[in-house]
Order: sequence, then structure tokens, then C-alpha cells
Amino acid sequence: MHIAVCVKQVPTRDWQPRLNDSGTWIRDEDASFEMNEPDAYALEAALRLKEQHGGDVTVCSAGPARVTQVLREALARGADRALHVQDDRFASADVYGIADALAAAIRDEPFDLVLTGLQSDDLGAAATGVVIAERLNRPHATIVMDVQVDGGTLRVKRELESGWFQWVSMPLPAVVTIQSGINQLRYATLKGIMAAKKKEIRTVTPAAAIDARQQIARLYAPEKGKKTHLISGSPAEAAKELVRRLREEARVIA
Amino acid sequence: MILVVAEQRGGTLNRASWEALACAQQMGGEVSVLVVGAGVDAVARELSAADVRDVVVVNHTALADYTADGYTAAVTDVLSRITPDVVLFPHTYQARDFAPKVAARLNRVAITDVVAVKRDGDRVVFVRPVFQGKLLADVVSEGDAPCIVTVQAGAFQAAAVRRGASAAPIRQLDVQIDEAAIRQKPEPPFQESRQAVDLTQAERIVSVGRGIKEQANIAIAQQLADAMHAELAASRPICDAGWLPMDRQVGSSGQTVAPKLYVALGISGAIQHLVGMKGSQTIVAINNDRDAPIFEVADYGIVEDLFEMVPALTAALKS
Repeated sequence: MHIAVCVKQVPTRDWQPRLNDSGTWIRDEDASFEMNEPDAYALEAALRLKEQHGGDVTVCSAGPARVTQVLREALARGADRALHVQDDRFASADVYGIADALAAAIRDEPFDLVLTGLQSDDLGAAATGVVIAERLNRPHATIVMDVQVDGGTLRVKRELESGWFQWVSMPLPAVVTIQSGINQLRYATLKGIMAAKKKEIRTVTPAAAIDARQQIARLYAPEKGKKTHLISGSPAEAAKELVRRLREEARVIA
Repeated sequence: MILVVAEQRGGTLNRASWEALACAQQMGGEVSVLVVGAGVDAVARELSAADVRDVVVVNHTALADYTADGYTAAVTDVLSRITPDVVLFPHTYQARDFAPKVAARLNRVAITDVVAVKRDGDRVVFVRPVFQGKLLADVVSEGDAPCIVTVQAGAFQAAAVRRGASAAPIRQLDVQIDEAAIRQKPEPPFQESRQAVDLTQAERIVSVGRGIKEQANIAIAQQLADAMHAELAASRPICDAGWLPMDRQVGSSGQTVAPKLYVALGISGAIQHLVGMKGSQTIVAINNDRDAPIFEVADYGIVEDLFEMVPALTAALKS
């Protein structure tokens, strides 16, 4: 089976945000980047499906030149080839621009399954996979914990809220967004890293203009919370005072 | 006009729908509510208590179980006939599954996970967290109405919904759905762990973090939760370690909660945790590190060893 995995390169988790001069985006040059964590789980799910059913895994990303780093990493972990839709404007493009570009790039390829993470650690729109599915006119499921393929049918376990789950079946080809933590990620081996150097990264330019449907007018740090009332005294005194305040002031306990 | 798409499952209204309604009322102007399903008249009556122009009901056998294809078809059909400026969904797992599809079909993009709405002249500005909550973004929609928006759980208070003087009119709308075109075949929802808990519905939550040190110590947190009539929850490391089941995890990879009272015991307050609980009405933090970020969102803080403080608090509640 032919599987595409869409990955995004995002700032690392310990990155401290700094804004550009206009305050509308981050200073890209200050950030260090890594593969979006949920996308790493999507890649792992794809590699496991390939091991089970045969076929190949193509890793796809829309982004500036720097995203070749995550594509190489995916190739080192076991993806067979990479597709890079390259344009600097993807660094800050909205879901519409990214999803359109990815959909256009994979439209003519015979993928049975497209996987991606449920959301990105940068914009966090949780929409790219769904929009790709709509653009390609394929069925989809989101926030998926398990993927089973039986012939032309896909059966996935969706996470619902509050500890509920649901199996959903649909015909292939389909698009699925993967929840973080559903499998144990593999690391690239030295052999994998060496092999990745010989694998193809095909670079294409976006098929159409990068269209934006939303604009970030301003980025800023959230206000530092509320005023905290610190309660002091011995544990017994502090406990008594806290209970009094929760009863009489906040009125949240009986 | 603002259209709120309420969410129900099996005829039970999701409480997050009220929060989306509160957001719509706060934005001002006329508000309509849409509820989609099969046999959801009772849900519509429940919603009609709100101060809204009307409640639009779509009943169709093909909508008995949620499917992305079915619900997208129903909502886009409704949107072709009533033309709101803004469509608000609660940012639930269900809305995440199909609101972006509705937007894409209309050649738009959803503005998801919105925590506040502002005005800038005649522009509506939607505020949403980005970069894992490290930053907020003021987002404006480009292009034509409707603007499709999802509202983060806990960002608006369900209790703030204005009630109408009398019940709002309920309007049935028929939609055309080609059942054969629904590609997803859902099986009945199920719970995996025996005592799965719905933290989003809890009024009070006592939550433990790394500061609890070992699994045996969770008992003191449980005793406090019992004395408070609260549910027990945890930050991710506790659930990853298997000390509490995953369905008790609060945070970006667990549940987003907004109870009346949230008591954080030994939780430092990493952003992944804060995004899941900072909408709580009253937050208490007990931590021996005065500089822990949890104190930035706490209403009441006690800087103290939790192994001293928690039993004292349980005793004080019982006296």
C-alpha cells in the first residue's frame, strides 16, 4: 500500500518565543526547529503499516528550505522518499495555504492512505488533515489511536472525549489524523541515516498562489494570569483559611 | 447574524454548546442556534430557553450517529439557506472532525480554538492560542462570510448565557442527505477503562502532579477529593507512569476542563497542563516552589509541602 505522511517542522518545545518587528510572527532565525510531535506518531504509524502490509511511505512537507531537515529525519527512520513543497511563505501560512499546497502535490499520486498528526505545535489549528481530505474528496477520521487495514477498507479507533472511543470504517483511499502517544517512536539508526542520504527528496514549487483566508493582526504573550492570593501560616491555619475563602469568597464548596 | 452549532450525542446536549452560545451573545447582534441529529427536538427545547432569535432543528435518520460526511452535508445545506456572518462551534473532538470540512467546502478556513472575541473598528478579531499557548494571536478572517469559528472549552462561561423572557421559536428545517454518500461507518462508542470518568462535567477537581512523588501517595489526594466531593485528576507524567488511568489526565493531550474549583497539588504548571485547566473558575495551587508557573493562574496559593498541607486541608474540610 502507498502511504503519504504529511509532517510539519515547528519550533522546539523549549524555544522561548521572540517576535518579529511588526509583532505579527515569530523571529524565525532565533528558533530551532523539529518535527511536529503528532506528525512523528503519524510517521511511525505509517512505517508500521508498511511493515505489516508492504508498500511504501512518502513523507511530505510544505515549508521553506529548512524543512529538508525533518524530511531527512523521516527518511532516516524508514520513509522511502520525500516530497517537499517549497516556499518561504509556508513558514507562516494558514491551514488553507498549507492544506491546499499539500493536497495539490499529492493529488496525482496513487496514495491509498494519507496520515498526519492531529494538530501542529505552532498554529495548532487541528484542521490540516481534514481540509486535505475535503480537497482530495476522500473520507477521513481525526484523533485516531489505532489504524487497521483490511483490503480496501480502513478501520480506525477514534478517541472521543471523556474516555470514550469509537471504531469507524471507511473505504480507502482515506485521510487520517493521528493522536500523539499511540505508538512507541523509533529512532533513526546509523544505517538508516546513511541510507537516507541516497533517498530522493523531490522539491516542487506550489502549484497555485498561496491563498490566505486568515491573517494574524498581532502576536503577543498572554497576560500573566490573575492575582494570586497567597495564604500563609501553619498547615492547619492555612487549611482553615483556605476552606473559609473557598466557602465564603469563591463559593465553590459547600 | 451569528449561528451557533450546538452539539448533542444520543439526544444529550454537550455542555460546551452553552459556552459557544455565551460567546455568541457576548459578540452582540442576532443569534440563532442550530442542532443537527435524529430525534433531537428535546435538545432544541432545552436550547430555546436561551435569549436567541430562534432554534433551527434538523432531524434526519442519516444523522442519528455522527459521521463527518453526514454532518458536513447537513450543516453546509443549512448554511446555503440561512446566511450567518459567523458560525460558532464548540471546539470539541466532534467539531474538530467536521467544522474544518464545512469551512473547506465553502472555500473558507476555520478559525479554531478561539478563547476571546474583540472588535477593532468594524472588524471582528478572534483571539486564539498559538505555539502551545506560549503566545496569543489576534486573528482576522479574510474573505467572505460566513466566518467559521470553534470556541475553546472553558473560555466562556455556560452560566453567562442570557435566558429569554419566553422560549425562542423552534424551526424545523429539512435537509437533503444522500445516505449512500456517507463513507464513514461508525460503530457504537465504548469506554476502555472500567471507571472512565468525564472530567469535563466535574464541578470540582483535585489534580496531582510530579510533586506527589510516588503512586502510594495518591491516596492522600484521593482523601482530599472525597472530602471536597471532587473528581481526582492528574498531569501527564502521572498518567504516563500508570499511577492513574489516562482518562484522568488534564492538559493538551488529555481533557480540557473548566470546573468551579480546580485544586492543583504538586503541579508545576507546564503550558501543556495549563491549557487544559486555566479556564477553571477558581484555581488553588499547593506547591513548595514559589516560582512554579502554576501560581500564575492560581486564585489561591499555598507555598508548602503538600504532604503536610493536604491532610490538614482534608481535616479542615471535615471539621
